[in-house]
Amino acid sequence: MKTLDIISQPESPLTKKSTKLDSFVGNTPLYPIQNLDIKEDVKVFAKLEWQQFGGSVKTRAAYRIIQDAIERGELTEGKHLLDASSGNTGIAYAHIGAALGIPVTLCLPENASEERKQILRSLDVNLKLTSRAGGTDEAQEVAKEIYEQNPSQYYYADQYSNPSNWKAHYDTTGPEILDQTNYDVTHFIAGLGTTGTFTGTGRFLKTYKQEIELIALQPDIAMHGLEGWKHLETAHTPAIFDDSVADVMQTVSTEEAHETMKLAAQKEGLLISPSSAANLAGALRLARQLEEGTIVTLFPDDSSKYGEVTNQLFK
Amino acid sequence: MARIIIPTPLRKYTDQNRQFETQQDTLSAAIEQFIEKYPDVKQNLLDDNGNIRSYIKLYIGNEEVSPAENGSIELKEDTEVSIVPAIAGGC
Repeated sequence: MKTLDIISQPESPLTKKSTKLDSFVGNTPLYPIQNLDIKEDVKVFAKLEWQQFGGSVKTRAAYRIIQDAIERGELTEGKHLLDASSGNTGIAYAHIGAALGIPVTLCLPENASEERKQILRSLDVNLKLTSRAGGTDEAQEVAKEIYEQNPSQYYYADQYSNPSNWKAHYDTTGPEILDQTNYDVTHFIAGLGTTGTFTGTGRFLKTYKQEIELIALQPDIAMHGLEGWKHLETAHTPAIFDDSVADVMQTVSTEEAHETMKLAAQKEGLLISPSSAANLAGALRLARQLEEGTIVTLFPDDSSKYGEVTNQLFK
Repeated sequence: MARIIIPTPLRKYTDQNRQFETQQDTLSAAIEQFIEKYPDVKQNLLDDNGNIRSYIKLYIGNEEVSPAENGSIELKEDTEVSIVPAIAGGC
């Protein structure tokens, strides 16, 4: 009888629609870094994460968060998806929300770049701007308050605590890296923000081969310019962060990332964001220490949403 | 008295204080006094040459001001200075 009950339940329109973007999420190219003085037996690759629906690595997490919430019945027709975001996750929610007919409300620090705010407005997001000084930590607190005042109107996605975030990378980014390197990856290196990318990808790679070394990166100081990254000593630590995943923890300065942005543009033809450049800086530093190996990192997004930084660097 | 609003990332170094009051009459003197009171802030605000780091923004009220000119920027009794970092998020 149980089987009959399941069969007779009609699938909601949202459930039907929720898989329609499957083939446009993830599956990003693995780009070989070739012109930055890397030894012959050391290979450095970066996944070009902006080459997917929504324009950044965050589409993976946002899509999985939405799909899982629909499946659990927590995100239903007419409910607003609510979260705090520094930009890219919000933009990913907005693209997916528009495509699936899900209204999106976002808490965003008011000093988010104009490009980001314009994109979100174009995608019809209900924006709640929070104070400049408070950063995403305050935006998170405001999002929580909005949810608690009216829980029936919102699905609070909470990317910082939502396990769907890291699971997206466990199920997609990790397997893609193995496949694209012909199972040769020896090191995975990436920055920490929500920590979903590093935690999910790292856990997957370790299940394949314990010897793959995982290097986590964070900004060198609290007042950094690496949008999307968290300085864990001074910021709220995301609930999904698992400090046992990283074999090594290193830091990158904003100045080093900015120099690497210039190198990537001039030597590799890649216009990448500060956080992508910080990942590349960490990967190049590691490459210089190795005699052989296959290093993989990610470029979360390109430079198109960082006009202020590129204007300053490429005068 | 002018006030510097202390951004969240720096509060660990300022005993969790959210603002710093100063009677200095220029922005540079106020920042100098702020750093003197909380020495761990220095590395976060200033680069190796002692200049405000290039990616940090300073606001007087809602108006962004150039850190390069902070010596000549006067502070009034009720001026509110904000020091704004990049937005942490994300990956």
